Amino acid sequence: MSSTTWEPVIGLEIHVQLGTRTKMFCSCALGFGEPPNTRTCPVCLGLPGTLPVVNERAIHFGLMMGLALGCEIAPRSIFHRKNYFYPDLPKGYQISQYDIPLCAGGRLGDVRLHRIHLEEDAAKLVHVGESGRIHGSDASVVDFNRGGTPLAEIVTEPDIRSAEQAREWLTLLRETLRQLGVSDVDMSQGSLRCDANVSIRPAGSTELGTKAELKNMNSFAFLEQGVTAEIARQIALVEGGDKVVQETLHFDPRTGAISSLRSKEEAHDYRYFPEPDLVPLVPTEAMLAEARGALPELPAARIERYQAEYSLSPEQARTLAWRPERAAFFERAAAAAVAAEAPRVANWLDQVREEGALTPDGLAGVADLVASKKISNDAGRRVLDILVAEGGDAVAVVEREGLAAMGAGGELEAIVERVLADNADVAERVRGGNEKAIGALMGPVMRETKGRADGGEVQRIIREKLGL
Amino acid sequence: MTGVLELSATEAIARVRSGDLEPGALWSAYRERAASEDLGALSWLADEAPEIAVDAPLGGVPVAVKDLFCTEGVPSQAGSRILEGYRPPYTATAVRNLQRAGAPMLCKTHQDEFAMGSSNENCAFGPVLNPWDRTRVPGGSSGGSAAAVAAGLVPWSIGTDTGGSIRQPAALCGIVGLKPTYGAISRYGMIAFASSLDQAGPFTRTVADAALLLGAMASKDDRDSTSLGLREPVRTPTATDLRGIRLGVPEELSGEGIETGVLENFQATLDRARELGATVETCRLPHAPHGLAAYYIIAPAECSSNLARFDGVRYGARVEADDLSSMYTGTRAAGFGAEVKRRIMLGTYALSSGYYDAYYGRAQKVRTKIAEDFDTAFGSFDFIVTPTAPGVAFELGAKTADPLAMYLNDYCTVPMSLAGIPAISIPNGLSDGLPTGFQIAGPAFSENSILDAAHALEAALGFDGSAARR
Amino acid sequence: MLSREQVLHVARLARLELTDEEVEGFGGELSKITDWIDKIGELELADVRPTSHVVEVENALRADEPHESLDPALALRSAPDAADGGFRVPSPGAG
Repeated sequence: MSSTTWEPVIGLEIHVQLGTRTKMFCSCALGFGEPPNTRTCPVCLGLPGTLPVVNERAIHFGLMMGLALGCEIAPRSIFHRKNYFYPDLPKGYQISQYDIPLCAGGRLGDVRLHRIHLEEDAAKLVHVGESGRIHGSDASVVDFNRGGTPLAEIVTEPDIRSAEQAREWLTLLRETLRQLGVSDVDMSQGSLRCDANVSIRPAGSTELGTKAELKNMNSFAFLEQGVTAEIARQIALVEGGDKVVQETLHFDPRTGAISSLRSKEEAHDYRYFPEPDLVPLVPTEAMLAEARGALPELPAARIERYQAEYSLSPEQARTLAWRPERAAFFERAAAAAVAAEAPRVANWLDQVREEGALTPDGLAGVADLVASKKISNDAGRRVLDILVAEGGDAVAVVEREGLAAMGAGGELEAIVERVLADNADVAERVRGGNEKAIGALMGPVMRETKGRADGGEVQRIIREKLGL
Repeated sequence: MTGVLELSATEAIARVRSGDLEPGALWSAYRERAASEDLGALSWLADEAPEIAVDAPLGGVPVAVKDLFCTEGVPSQAGSRILEGYRPPYTATAVRNLQRAGAPMLCKTHQDEFAMGSSNENCAFGPVLNPWDRTRVPGGSSGGSAAAVAAGLVPWSIGTDTGGSIRQPAALCGIVGLKPTYGAISRYGMIAFASSLDQAGPFTRTVADAALLLGAMASKDDRDSTSLGLREPVRTPTATDLRGIRLGVPEELSGEGIETGVLENFQATLDRARELGATVETCRLPHAPHGLAAYYIIAPAECSSNLARFDGVRYGARVEADDLSSMYTGTRAAGFGAEVKRRIMLGTYALSSGYYDAYYGRAQKVRTKIAEDFDTAFGSFDFIVTPTAPGVAFELGAKTADPLAMYLNDYCTVPMSLAGIPAISIPNGLSDGLPTGFQIAGPAFSENSILDAAHALEAALGFDGSAARR
Repeated sequence: MLSREQVLHVARLARLELTDEEVEGFGGELSKITDWIDKIGELELADVRPTSHVVEVENALRADEPHESLDPALALRSAPDAADGGFRVPSPGAG
């Protein structure tokens, strides 16, 4: 039985395929699922004599990401060559960024970023083991359609402390990038890929343990499962007297097993050097202004603003921040509402699954009518349902359906008296001190008023009549 | 048709314009001569002449193209077995520019493999011979293009210069060769050796012809991020004297290691320059002696990366194997010659973990210092002048045993490549019956001034290269 | 001086298969060349900025407009082993 509490320390490395029209270094159109090698050209095939030219929209998206995530944008960054041999790498090197990336630092939520840089994606290697046997050996077939797709690599600091947090944070990142419009960020299609660097240390320690890298978990669930499994593996290892080894690992979601990807060969020596075929990137004022201007309000900022400006609770703010269209709806409704405060408007919107034919004005109308006690809460709900189904104006619907509040007055008092008379024994119990029994009196009154009376008002009249 | 073959390109264009010469006749005459060459200079010869407009700027004067320029549908082998028979699906920008200007491609020329060499003995398809003496080398790596012009197989040709591969063969073959400012001519379509050094350039019989060809080749190309084009159009050189021109002779590049005959011709040329009104003084390029070492780190480093794409996957030769790793190593072992392997090894080593700072990192700093040295020198001088090569054409096989001895051929030309500045070599006499060259280097984008100075000197020198054309 | 191990390591990185003769030969030549190159180690270069680009160009950018890609037949024309619409190679990881 262990006496140490272990703290997981997790950092993520995320690759995002940018949603540009063309590749990073050539003008081939990006696609998905096209027949093989139909989106290639001499440049992305790595033919002799060809040269890369940087896609300006990829830089624009990179700047947007950097600005949105609070990074330092490098005043002058360069590309480097990362040299290694693999069939999906046509030039025998990947053009990437090394010691001077486009963006440094930054933060999203409670996780700090280390850097963001731009590079090109590799091609696709399809193993054709069975059908492509040559001389009894396995073969692969390379499709260069994907090769050269612009990638942004985002590296976080090791600020994450649990598998769950990793999953939540990646979800926040995904939504942020989606709202920025820089990528489809679809893990199932490979436009969002995530590796996790995982280590453990005794709780309270500030030193970092040896980390292992979990590669390519391609769903949020697998990320959480994989990181959970790796944390457990490391704890078991260390408590068993062994050491964690720095290695690359693969998580199999079907079996839950973690296996080493480390090949029999020695680790790669990438021999980075500055890419001589490209010139430095010096983001100009114009480029930065354009990137800044293209930023929408992002979830994290909206959450804060909704609490500050609209006095929404953190939960309400978060719910709305994740859905920009609904958030816009809310803001228009809140602006239109006169009697109702913004939090109440938000509450009403919460009860609507899909807006349907409901308009912001309609929502504001309902909220106002209830807030000014012109209709009861129940009536409000019914009006809301009708507006969602049919659209229209709240006041008109109230009139048409006869849902105007029954205020204190003859009609209501008469109903209360009738109910009290019909339920004399319950009335006696309430008079006798059984507060809870008042519910059995309220029910019939509310039913008779067809929900037009305000519950609080009804209770007041009942108690008055009972002499309480 | 001998008369036609004696015309310079400028003269031929004038005759075409005036209607006295048909481009077709020019083509046929040269094709016949090229077809009967015995220098091993040509790797491919065109069958048909394309249509040429009579008013095309280059008058339909045919040109030879170094094999490493990609030419659509035509073999582009860069002197290597690994690209034997390779036909690219596109044409290099520089060549397209020439074709558009009306200089049709008559043939492609052999070269040192992947532009690595100073003698054209590293060509996988056989060495090229010097038309002045067929037991000797024409220089390299653009030996084929130089020999072709010197022998009169074509009136002009294009090559590439990374550390001297246009200038040095021009000197050894007694013709004009120009390396422009880095970025003047697009590298798109040039099979890369060392990306930060490679530049295309013309080989011609006269300086005026070089101006014409340079003007047609240069452009700012969207497909080459490092391309700048030239800042002003290339002018026909007209200068007849060098009055007011200050020539600087670097101590470091004009004494030790240079053959006596070459030095004598160099001094004689300086005398000619003085007679034309130039002042001649010594100057200092303190870091130039380290240029060669820096070059032999930077160039191999970049080439080790540039040649990684030759892996047998998408084009070129492949040695089949059961596993990928063996396919890679077997293909590259069989496809590359010894010098290429040597430089790949050197470059890989220089970039490898733990060595980057000591080698590549340092070499890049030496490069900065050399550029600064030139900047300082150009504060007091209009041009820096040196002998182009330390010796005349040497015998085949004379330097192949010792790579270092071969590398020393680039001693005077490498510093200009490292600094990215333009330089021309013009023939300035014979030594023991073999040509020597005079190099004029100027600040970036000073091509017009260099051409003027070279033109004036050319007239005063009166070098006659016709002996090699018989 | 480059040891045999170093030569083999570099050859491995460069995916070059060398004969024993070549390993010896390259070892000697590379050592000679590196000894010569090492001379730049004598220079005082502490405060010097490295030149990675000779041209003074920045931001050579291309508009995000698609061009026509190559016909796949043309893309595969020079392939040593074209199959299933792609470039076939022995599988990595084997052997």
